[in-house]
Amino acid sequence: MNNTYTRTAIALHWLIALCLIGSFALGTYMTDLSLSPRKLELYSWHKWAGVSIFLLVLIRLGWRLGHPPPPLPASMPAVLRAAAHFTHIALYVLMIAIPLSGWLMSSAKGVQTVWFGIVPLPDLLTKNADLGKQLESLHFLLNYTMAVLVFTHIGAALKHHFIDRDDILRRMLPGRRPG
Amino acid sequence: MSTQTPSKALSTVTTAALFAFGLATSASAAEYTRVDTASSRITFKYTQMGVGMDGHFERFGASILFDPARLEAARASFELQLDSIDTGLTEANEDVKGKIWFDTAAHPVATFKSSGFKALGDNRYEVSGTLTIKGRSRNVSAPFTLTPADKAADVNGTFTLKRSDFAIGEGEWADVVILADEIRIAFQLRALHGAQ
Repeated sequence: MNNTYTRTAIALHWLIALCLIGSFALGTYMTDLSLSPRKLELYSWHKWAGVSIFLLVLIRLGWRLGHPPPPLPASMPAVLRAAAHFTHIALYVLMIAIPLSGWLMSSAKGVQTVWFGIVPLPDLLTKNADLGKQLESLHFLLNYTMAVLVFTHIGAALKHHFIDRDDILRRMLPGRRPG
Repeated sequence: MSTQTPSKALSTVTTAALFAFGLATSASAAEYTRVDTASSRITFKYTQMGVGMDGHFERFGASILFDPARLEAARASFELQLDSIDTGLTEANEDVKGKIWFDTAAHPVATFKSSGFKALGDNRYEVSGTLTIKGRSRNVSAPFTLTPADKAADVNGTFTLKRSDFAIGEGEWADVVILADEIRIAFQLRALHGAQ
């Protein structure tokens, strides 16, 4: 088990990856639409996905505390090792900060977030159009930063697999775990 | 003295007149004749995708004549400037002036004209009347409370309308699953005595 992730960690990684990519694509698509019932629907779905990702990330961090990830290969140079740790930490920070910025933006724009149309989240901010615009800019900036990091993350995983020929990518793939 | 009698009589008449005038004044003092629109608000609530939204109208006119002791003579009418709407969704504020929403070019105002009032007890009343939006009229009634304060009264009431009754949101917006049909209107008015 020392060189593998748990099934739970793998499941959470790919579930969150799927939600992130879907939510990012949805967010990019929906903003330029002219106002329609469809747009209201997509915005709500995007917010529901954001709240879900936030909760999944919390669960994942909790799991990670009790189940530390396997170490990086000893053959990796220290600088790349540091870069990998930095990227992973930054991704976690962004996965927490992005839903928070979206939630606050929604409050500032005067639209409460109601998870799946059932669970209302408190509005921490009162309606304030200027603040809403600033949080919107922040939400965009954080998202594009994350997109860059996700491409770095994918690129690094592929480099490990095809160039370094180590098991970094394989150990995160589902279905090959002993336990 | 001989001059005292007429003088006393005059003073009695004056007292009676003042008394009568005083009564008349106190009767009309209970009558509310205008609304201080600057300190009044007409707001509304609706839901989209299960999210409660708050909107209001910036500009409206109101004319009232309301004496709790003479409800049969009471009347009220309102004119809402529909292009002064704030839907609570910045993006929607321009769209709702268009043809499929309020069509403010053809129907710039929404009006309410009362047809009758009834007392419900404890400063509570109900007004009935005709609401006209976008050329469509419906009878509505709204319970309200009238709480007398110094030289004024606070009037608070609500009623619910269906936007489909007034064709507010046509075409794709006629669907009421994403944007609910019910719109809850609330009025908080400051009613005043006396002339303008």
